[in-house]
Amino acid sequence: MGRYIIKRLLQGIPLLFFISIILFVLMMNMGDPVATMGGRRVTRASDYERLRRQLGLDKPIYTQYLYWLIGNDWTKTDVDGDGVAETPGTRRGVLRGDFGVSLVSRKPVLQVIGERLPNTLILMLASEFVIIVGSLLVGVYSALRQYSALDHIITALSFIGYSMPIFFIALLSMYIFGVLFKRWGLPYLPTVGMFDPQAGKTTAQVLWHMVLPVLSISIISFAAYSRYIRSTMLEVLGQDYIRTARAKGLPRREVVYVHALKNASLPIVTVVGLDLPLLLGGAVVTERIFAWPGMGRLFLDHVSRSDLPVVMGILMMIATAVVVFQILTDIVYAWLDPRIRYEK
Amino acid sequence: MLVLLFIYAFGGALIFPESYANYTDTSLRLSPPSARHPFGTDTIGRDVLARTIYGGQISLIIGLLAVSIESLVGILVGALAGYYGGFLDSLLMRITEAMLNIPEIFLLIVMAKFFGGRIPEIHLLGRVFSGSVIVIVVIIGLTSWMYLARIVRAEFLSLKENEFVLAARATGTSNFEIIFRHILPNSIAPIIVSATLGVANAILAEAYISFLGLGVQPPTATWGNMLDGANNYLESAPWLWFFPGLLILLTVLSINFLGDGLRDALDPHSRAV
Amino acid sequence: MTMLLQTIDLKTRFHIPEGTVYAVNGVSFHISEGETLAVVGESGCGKSVTMMSILRLLPAPPAEIVSGQALWGNRDLLRLSENEMEQIRGREIAMVFQDPMTSLNPVLTIGRQLTESLRVHLGMGPAEAAQRAVELLEQVGIPDAAHRLGDYPHQYSGGMRQRVMIAMALCCHPSLLIADEPTTALDVTIQAQIVELIKKLRDQLHMAIIWISHDLGVVAGLANRVMVMYAGFVVEEALVDDLYEDPRHPYTLALLAALPRVDRRRDRRLKSIPGAPPNLLVEPRGCPFAPRCEFAMERCRFEIPPLQPVQGTHAVACWVDVTTGGPR
Repeated sequence: MGRYIIKRLLQGIPLLFFISIILFVLMMNMGDPVATMGGRRVTRASDYERLRRQLGLDKPIYTQYLYWLIGNDWTKTDVDGDGVAETPGTRRGVLRGDFGVSLVSRKPVLQVIGERLPNTLILMLASEFVIIVGSLLVGVYSALRQYSALDHIITALSFIGYSMPIFFIALLSMYIFGVLFKRWGLPYLPTVGMFDPQAGKTTAQVLWHMVLPVLSISIISFAAYSRYIRSTMLEVLGQDYIRTARAKGLPRREVVYVHALKNASLPIVTVVGLDLPLLLGGAVVTERIFAWPGMGRLFLDHVSRSDLPVVMGILMMIATAVVVFQILTDIVYAWLDPRIRYEK
Repeated sequence: MLVLLFIYAFGGALIFPESYANYTDTSLRLSPPSARHPFGTDTIGRDVLARTIYGGQISLIIGLLAVSIESLVGILVGALAGYYGGFLDSLLMRITEAMLNIPEIFLLIVMAKFFGGRIPEIHLLGRVFSGSVIVIVVIIGLTSWMYLARIVRAEFLSLKENEFVLAARATGTSNFEIIFRHILPNSIAPIIVSATLGVANAILAEAYISFLGLGVQPPTATWGNMLDGANNYLESAPWLWFFPGLLILLTVLSINFLGDGLRDALDPHSRAV
Repeated sequence: MTMLLQTIDLKTRFHIPEGTVYAVNGVSFHISEGETLAVVGESGCGKSVTMMSILRLLPAPPAEIVSGQALWGNRDLLRLSENEMEQIRGREIAMVFQDPMTSLNPVLTIGRQLTESLRVHLGMGPAEAAQRAVELLEQVGIPDAAHRLGDYPHQYSGGMRQRVMIAMALCCHPSLLIADEPTTALDVTIQAQIVELIKKLRDQLHMAIIWISHDLGVVAGLANRVMVMYAGFVVEEALVDDLYEDPRHPYTLALLAALPRVDRRRDRRLKSIPGAPPNLLVEPRGCPFAPRCEFAMERCRFEIPPLQPVQGTHAVACWVDVTTGGPR
C-alpha cells in the first residue's frame, strides 16, 4: 500500500510538468501584460522596453519558463538595455515556492491567492458534501424502489438537472429564493457576497450566504451522481454475491448497506475523483454571479488584466489540486478494493 | 423536440429579418413581455424573441462546428495513439491527461484570451458575423477532444488485435488505409454517441464563456452572450435571462436525451457516467 | 420419515419487456428429513427458479410467484413476511450456488462473510464466531484456516471458494441444503472432491439435500430420489435405481441416451435430443416436450399431462406408455 501511494505520487510529478509547459505556452499570447500593468499606461517607449526587460518578457519562451520554474537569482539580467547583464535576479522559482509577484497589485502571487483560497475552499467542500451525501441518499433510494413513482420523478428531475447550465440554475434560484421570496414576504436568501457588511463576517452570515452558491454548484453533479449511483447500485444488487448474502438470511439493511454499497461505492469514488475539474469550473461561474470573493473571480479579474504570474499561479494550483485529488481517489479506491490493494 | 428547436432557430428567421433582431428602439428599453414583444425587450430596446432566434442559430452552429473540430482532433489523436502505441502513444496520452487536469472553463478562458480579438468580422451569405464566432468554435473544439481521444484510443487498442486487421496488414494494406478504412468504421458507435453529447457540451461551453463576456461579441447574438450582464437585471427584467437560459436548457436536455438513446441503441455495453 | 418440505403446484413467471416468461408451471414435490433429492434437467428448465421461488430469492419485479404453496413444517414459505423469511434462510434452509467465483463478495474478507450468519442467526460474539469460522473452514478442508480468515475471495482458488460457500451454508446446521449445480463451474477433479465433501457432511449432520444438476451421471451416486424437469414442469419422479433402469418419460429416455456409459459399447454413438427447448414466452398448452418427442400423439399437443404414479413412488407426466408406445 505504501509503495502504491509513492508510485502514484511519482506519476503525478511529470504530469504537472507537462501541464505547466502547456499553460506557459498559452500564457505567452495572452495579451501584453505591460500595457495593462496596474491600470497605469506606460507611454514612453524606453520605459516600456525597460519594464519588459525587468519582467524578463524579452527573453525567449524557454528562458522565461526556466526562470519561472527555478528562478533567476543565480544569473544576472540586463535591465538598462546596454547589452551587459548587471542586475542579479530576485525570483526564486516555483520549485522553491516563489510564484512571482502580481503585476497588478505588486503583492506576491501566493499572498494574492491565499487571500481568496479559503473562500473557494469552503464552497467546494460544502458542495462536495452536499453532492455526495445527497446523491447517495437519492441514488440508493431510487435503486431500491426501482420503477416506483418517486423513482420515475427522480430520474426525470435528475435528467433535467444534469442538463442545466450553472448560470441558469444560479439566476433562477436567485430569482425564486431571493427576489420572489422577498416579494411574497417569506424569509429570503441573500444573493450577493459572502456576508452582509452591516452584520459583519460571522459564521452564520457566511453560511446563510453560501446556500445559493452551493446549490448552484451542486445541482449538476448531484443529478449526474444520483443517476450513476442508481445504475451502479442496481447492477450490484443483481450480482450473485448479493443473492448469497440474502440466502444467508442477512437483514435487508445489512445486505444493502454493507454488501451492496461497499461494492457500488467503488466506481462512484472514481467518478468523484474525475469530476473535480468540473466542479471547479462551476465555481468560476457561480462566484461571478453571486459576487463570491473566491479564486474563480480572482482568476477572471486577473485574466482580463493579463496578470500572468497570478493567472499561472491559480492554474497551477488548480492543476495540482486536481492531480492530488485524483491520487487521493486512487488511494481510497485501493483501500476499498482488496483486489487492487494486494496486487503489488 | 430537437427538431422543434431547429425550426425555432432557423424557421423563425423567416418571420423576423435579422435587422429586426438588432433593431434598437431606445424608447422601449427593458419593456416586459407583451403582445408586440412576447419575450420583452433588452437594455437597448431590442426584441428578445428575435434575438433568441438568431442567437439560437449561432449557438447551434457553434455547437455543431465545434464538435466537428473536436471529433477531428479527438479521432486523430486517439487513432494515432491507439494504432501506433509506443512513444507516440505515451506522448499524446500525457498531453491528453494534462489537458484533462485543467478544468475546461479555465482553458477556455485562457484560450479565448489567447486567440481573442484578432479575427475580423466575416461576411457570409449577406450577413455579418463577429469573428469571435470562429474563435469560439476553434477553442471549444480544442479544449474538448480529450475524452473522445481516450475513447477512440481504447477502441483502437482492442480492435487492432482483431483478425480482420491482422489480415489487412498481412495483405500489405497501408497503415493509413487500415486506420481509416478498417478500424475506424468499426469503432464508429461510441464516437457517434460521444459526438452527440459533445454538441450539448459545446453549446454549454459557448454559453459559459459568452456569459463571462469572453465569448462571441455583440452585435452577433448567441444564447450565451444574451445572458451576459443579465444578473444586473435579475430583479427588474427576468425575461432577459429567462428565455435564453430556458432555450439552452431545452436544447441541452434534448441533445442529452438523444445521446442517451443512441448509446442504448448502438452501444448497449457502456454505462452512463 | 418426516416430511420436511412440501411444494404444491408452484407457478412462477417473469414479466419482462418481451412478454411473460412461464418459468415454473405447477411444480409439486416433497423431501423428507435426511433425504437427498436430485433435480435434473437442461439449463433453463426451471430447476433453479423453483428453488429460488421457495426461498423467495427472486427479485420481484420481474419475478412473480403466481400460485402454489411451499410448506415448511406447518408454515407456508410463500406467505411469510420478509422478516420471517430472513429467520429461515441460512438457518433452516441454506443454499450453495453454482459459480463460486461470483457468489462471494469481493470486498469483504472470508472471515467476515463466514461469521455474518453466526452473528445474525446464533447471536455469537465476534471472538466466538471467529473461533467457529475456523472450525468450519477446517471441516470443509481448508488448510491453515486460522490464518486465512482475513483473506479476500480473490486470494482463494475456485475449489476453495466453493468449500467456503459450503462452510457458509452449513454454519448454522440447516435441516435442508439446496445445492444449485455446485460443481458445474469447477474442474473435473475438484468436482469429485466437492461431491465427496458434501456426502461426508450430509452423513455427519443428517441434513436433507436438494441437489440441482443437469448431469444425470453425477446424480446417480448421490441421490435417493430423482425429479426430472422440462420447461418448468416435473415430467418424471422416481427412486434413483428405478429411474435409471426403468425410465418412463420420453425426455428421461433421451437424457439417458445422451449419457456416456461404461457398460455400453464404445462404438455406439451418444444420442442428442433433436430440436430446441420450447419458447417459454408462450403459455404452455400441451405437453411441453411434444414437439421434440418421438412418441407424440395428437392429444399431447393440446392437453397437459398430469404427473401420475405408475408404480410405487415412480410417477410420470406423459400420455404415452413408452414401454408399449401406445396410449396409457
